Amino acid sequence: MAEPSTTLSPASSDSSSGAPAGRRAGIGDALRALELDTRMVGMIGALAIVWIGFDILTGGAFLTPRNLWNLSVQTASVAVMATGMVLVIVTRNIDLSVGSILGFTGMVVGVLQARILPEIWGFDNPLTWVVAVAAAVAVGGAVGAAQGAVIAYLGVSSFIVTLGGLLVWRGAAWWVTTGQTVAPMDGLFKRLGGGFEGAIGAGPSWMVGLAAVLLSVATILVTRRRRAGFGFPVRPRWAEGVVILLVAAAIVGAVLVVNSYPLPAPVVRRMMEAQGLSTDGGLPFVAHGFAIPVLIAVAVGVGMTFLSRRTRFGRYVFAIGGNPEAAELSGINTKRVMVMVFGLMGALCGLSACIATARLNAATNANGTLDELYVIAAAIIGGTSMAGGVGTILGAMLGAMVMQSLQSGMVLLGVDAPMQNIVVGLVLVAAVYVDTLYRRGLK
Amino acid sequence: MTALATAASHAATAPLVEMRDVSIAFGGIKAVDGVSIDLYPGEVVGLLGHNGAGKSTLIKILSGAYAADHGEIRVNGEPVHIASPRDAKRCGIETIYQTLALADNVDAAANIFLGREKLTAWGTLDDHAMEAEARKVMGRLNPHFRRFKEPVKALSGGQRQSVAIARAIHFDARVLIMDEPTAALGPAETQQVGELVKQLKQEGIGIFLISHDIHDVFDLADRIHVMKNGKLVGTARVSDVTKDEVLGMIILGKCPPGAVPGPGAAA
Repeated sequence: MAEPSTTLSPASSDSSSGAPAGRRAGIGDALRALELDTRMVGMIGALAIVWIGFDILTGGAFLTPRNLWNLSVQTASVAVMATGMVLVIVTRNIDLSVGSILGFTGMVVGVLQARILPEIWGFDNPLTWVVAVAAAVAVGGAVGAAQGAVIAYLGVSSFIVTLGGLLVWRGAAWWVTTGQTVAPMDGLFKRLGGGFEGAIGAGPSWMVGLAAVLLSVATILVTRRRRAGFGFPVRPRWAEGVVILLVAAAIVGAVLVVNSYPLPAPVVRRMMEAQGLSTDGGLPFVAHGFAIPVLIAVAVGVGMTFLSRRTRFGRYVFAIGGNPEAAELSGINTKRVMVMVFGLMGALCGLSACIATARLNAATNANGTLDELYVIAAAIIGGTSMAGGVGTILGAMLGAMVMQSLQSGMVLLGVDAPMQNIVVGLVLVAAVYVDTLYRRGLK
Repeated sequence: MTALATAASHAATAPLVEMRDVSIAFGGIKAVDGVSIDLYPGEVVGLLGHNGAGKSTLIKILSGAYAADHGEIRVNGEPVHIASPRDAKRCGIETIYQTLALADNVDAAANIFLGREKLTAWGTLDDHAMEAEARKVMGRLNPHFRRFKEPVKALSGGQRQSVAIARAIHFDARVLIMDEPTAALGPAETQQVGELVKQLKQEGIGIFLISHDIHDVFDLADRIHVMKNGKLVGTARVSDVTKDEVLGMIILGKCPPGAVPGPGAAA
């Protein structure tokens, strides 16, 4: 690092030359040309090891369409909140209140759709779920922004404010109905939680998959053209092709998995009878397709990645995390950004509250208990640095997936709940240790 | 004599920046106490003093990091209100901080444009356009620089300095504040900064050079202001005083005959 200014880095000179793969000295150069994020590759590798390991230990019960589909649904709620937690931790803060905000907003939407809205326009109004989701996001956002304002403008540390919030909002959740559970939820709202009514089926899943592939390819190509237009180094053509193939394969693979998980026979029979079809000649294969909560989580992930990478707000969040003083001296209104970060976190808790409440088909004041720890763990396992300034949305979502995979795998193995907690706790510490080693290796 | 010529032109034009009777206190301690300084276009003014003399604090008032308790700031003769770094930048006052004030975790272009990002037609960050301009301005300062994709914490001290300077000069600064610009640099890089100062001066930019290295200041500055214990000891043209006399001003607060004494001058 003594004289880096005088030498061209190999990556930039290689990738600008665009030489064919055969010319390359070795596999190391080839990997560098792909410009893959080594940390992300490591995460995916870890997830693969966990999955394959459990599949062997459970005698092939883990890597089944059914288990993977359930895994994706179980991950959705924590994954949505983890995307917000990344931004909170990147700004050198923490939010311990997310589980309680989820509980509180869950009670609010429960009461709204099961008691208040039916009095206004009756049950099963097609707008009920829309109002409920909007209310959850608004209430969660307001709660988060209020906490953010105390943190930013009154200067109380986020640890304390959100520790208070953890108690306050859990208590508030109880007060909404003085502890009564509210059930059942609105029919359409319930679909947000998954289950066979909350899956979109095989055809639409293919369309979603196709749209995702086209969007990814378009993004990669547009970026490449822009870079080339400015005369910047770009990946060699073969590397770009490999990246596109990997992305497309991942998306098509996901579609194939969810489309090979059939709906249960009684459900199919009921559906056919409802449509007046005869069920005598055996039942057809009807696939689940993507679960709605998973699509919500993916959409949130894409939206949050866009927000963190492509907008001023995202740039400021990372700059504040890297050097708060520098951000302030650059003229950034750091206090307002902090309020927005916590407001966004709260809004995402509201969205997760919808998923969790819909999945349970009931609003209870205990919903989301301990979620703050899973959400923080997901963000940290996903490579978000507690020191601030570093973290990715995709990493946090993968982190949520790793945590849920561990739990789900241990359930399949018949491990007791206390032992599950012990393992998850140890994995969290180990993951951060490995990350520390990785960072040290960089310096 | 050139000094006289400059003085004559000073009489004709209003100072680029004038700080009049500026004071600021922290917890009862007057860090800056009734200081008045000025700067003309194309002039390099050195601000000298020991650690804790108040020079960095004074300059932070001008750059908007601190709000003065008392006093007035004029830019081109017009009184201005500088309450934030954004206000200062609007007045064309750019600062290179001693700490560089870089966000270590983002790349050079993101640092150069921090707070003033270029946006696309859709309101998203136009990273490519920013990188293109960053390449241009960095090419002027540090032609070998190639590491545009790496976070600035991976860069060497000189490269980081270039990024901080690039950020200050890219936005058509009229006034440049350089707080200990060469403190972290080797001899070659120090010389490079010196040449840059001369080049910017020719473009008519006024530069405040804060340093405790008296040799640096004598090489580059036209005039000096010396501070001690938060007060202005005096002001002098570099040609009218010797280095020893200036050292006397810094250490003893003693104003030599070639200098105009300020309120902080020892009796």
